[in-house]
Amino acid sequence: MPHINVNNSLAGIRGLMNFRPETAGPLCDLAEVLLRSKDGLTPAERELIATHVSYLNDCFYCHNSHGEIACYYLKGDRELVDQVRKDYQHAEVPDKLKALLQIASHVQQGGKFVTEEDIANARKHGATDKDIHDTVLIAAAFCMFNRYVDGLAATTPADLSTYPPRAKQVAENGYGNHIFSAKQPVAKIV
Amino acid sequence: MPHINLPNLPGIRGPMAYRPETAKPLNALAEVLLRDDNNTLSRGERELIGTYVSSLNDCFFCQNVHGALAGHYLNYDINAIDAVKKDFPSTAISEKMKALLSIAASVQQGGKFVTRQQIEGARQLGATDREIHDTVLIAAAFCMYNRYVDGLATWAPQDRQFYVDRAPQRAEEGYVGFDLFK
Repeated sequence: MPHINVNNSLAGIRGLMNFRPETAGPLCDLAEVLLRSKDGLTPAERELIATHVSYLNDCFYCHNSHGEIACYYLKGDRELVDQVRKDYQHAEVPDKLKALLQIASHVQQGGKFVTEEDIANARKHGATDKDIHDTVLIAAAFCMFNRYVDGLAATTPADLSTYPPRAKQVAENGYGNHIFSAKQPVAKIV
Repeated sequence: MPHINLPNLPGIRGPMAYRPETAKPLNALAEVLLRDDNNTLSRGERELIGTYVSSLNDCFFCQNVHGALAGHYLNYDINAIDAVKKDFPSTAISEKMKALLSIAASVQQGGKFVTRQQIEGARQLGATDREIHDTVLIAAAFCMYNRYVDGLATWAPQDRQFYVDRAPQRAEEGYVGFDLFK
């Protein structure tokens, strides 16, 4: 049960956003630019960075939500997502993404943990300034989103089968106001 | 020197000028959280929460910008702001603010560090659900802003009076629609 009475039963950050739409607006706008921009990093790469940082922050709702969105973009390759989440060094992803994940994991510890070597390594593997910028801000933003969700003890569905329908909604329609409206996608009963 | 090639502006202004697409929601969020007057927490109280979290995250630029703003709104000098950062329980701020700062400090460590007892304590001192919500989100947001500023190794003016002198103008212009280059 959330620490505050959000007056709805929406999952995770959606319930908090429904409680306070004034802050939800810019939070959604930020997620939309950072996670769905096709400028430089792909949406799948952006979601993988978000998933890894959320895993490091031990935010179950966020790492499963964004892991599923990444999985959707990656045509259902959940094994790859899981590998990036827990052990990206051994995942079958390009070295550039590994170097960016290293920067993201240092941002998670604190801004000052990012080293000149981290940056040089990312550049060596082809990362541009914008890739590095977006990686740092995605990682920083998930240090916010994760704290927002767990700091208010937002409702966290334990049933992993409830995550794909919401992921599909985001992958197809983006991070608009619809994600915190009263009507939400539900898992099909098989 | 910043890790990437940014416009030569202090602190968060460099990356904001570099990437206006993300600057827009970042500033809109700050405006609602810290400056919008449709809030039962004062601007000064909200800036103080941002200042305190930034000091816990050891972000020089953010704690000085927001410390100066909090000082401007609360009529506190730099020493009074420093006292809150160093040891808020022994300062003269309200008991409710102390309870909210303790929640903010837990959020800084990680969302799961916030306890039911902290929430109950804040409620007993009169904090509303929305005040608790905003406290958590302000603290969480500064865990982002601070990492953004330091994760890109931006530079910051070292003279703390610089921030104090500029606070009245910053308070006046707000977080939306201002000129990053002024």
